[in-house]
Amino acid sequence: MATLDMWEVFIQTKPGLAHKHVGSVQAANSETALQNARDVYTRRQEGTMIWVIPSKYVVSSEGMDKEAFFDPANDKLYRHPTFYQIPNEVKNI
Amino acid sequence: MEKYLLKLADDSLIMAQRLMEWCGKGPYLEEDIALTNIALDELGQANNLYELAAKLSDDKKTADDLAFLRYEHEYLNAHWVELPNEDYAQTILKVYVFAVYQKLLYEALANSEDKDLSVIAQKSLKEVRYHYTHAATWMKIFAGGTEESKERLTDAIERIWEYTQGLFAKSEGEDQLIDLNVAANLDELYSEFLKIIATDFHQFGLEIPAENHYMQKHSRTGYHTEYFGYILCELQYMQRAYPGCIW
Repeated sequence: MATLDMWEVFIQTKPGLAHKHVGSVQAANSETALQNARDVYTRRQEGTMIWVIPSKYVVSSEGMDKEAFFDPANDKLYRHPTFYQIPNEVKNI
Repeated sequence: MEKYLLKLADDSLIMAQRLMEWCGKGPYLEEDIALTNIALDELGQANNLYELAAKLSDDKKTADDLAFLRYEHEYLNAHWVELPNEDYAQTILKVYVFAVYQKLLYEALANSEDKDLSVIAQKSLKEVRYHYTHAATWMKIFAGGTEESKERLTDAIERIWEYTQGLFAKSEGEDQLIDLNVAANLDELYSEFLKIIATDFHQFGLEIPAENHYMQKHSRTGYHTEYFGYILCELQYMQRAYPGCIW
């Protein structure tokens, strides 16, 4: 099917949570992309909301200089917010 | 009452059986899953309705007996669901028309005086609302797509439209159930159906079938189309060859 585009699928498992990438579907337009995502990825009650985004709009760091991109963060421990106590009542952090 | 439940259940069972023929052969993976999801929904509805019919029957038949061990003339489904899938345009047309019918039916049955039936209708309504959305999307795509996609859809309409009214045929004793507010009033549903078809077809860019279009009779009487025997052969094969087999 030459005319089908790829779409990336993001699912929110509960209201308030972030949408997580779960995979991709093929579809001819946004309407069918959403329906296909619903049929392929939420058959077992996985979600309460779906986003689909054309794969062609995803900009990837693939092929860039990995060392320059990621290594400088290696020794900067102070950037981690690990010095705080998180109250038990706070979920989903 | 049993006949009424059987008519509803048989529709869903045979629709499911037909759609399952596409399993693994859909136009592409996602649509294959979408269509078999719809088939599974229909099978679930059939199961619920057969269970209820079995509960009400006094000859100790189980839901499986009702689904698998009746003869051709005992099935009360409409001709519409028996018709072959042909190409994807005809399959989608079948799903679309059936979804419009079931949506109206379950909306009415959600208020049925029979509480069990009303519960089944409310649950099923959510499913068929989606079937409608999905099928309508494809109707629009085929109608507004290429010359070939439109031609295939209009060919299918020409070929099988005469079976649509059969969905609204009554089973024996149904009038009494309508008076008791147990069953849905099909005459009202049919005029609603025609209204929805007119609005949708206009939106799809399809010619609306004439009101005096020739219509096939004898749906739900036990008379079937030539296709039905073959469906039953496949559907009942295991239970006929190995009576009582389970897995």
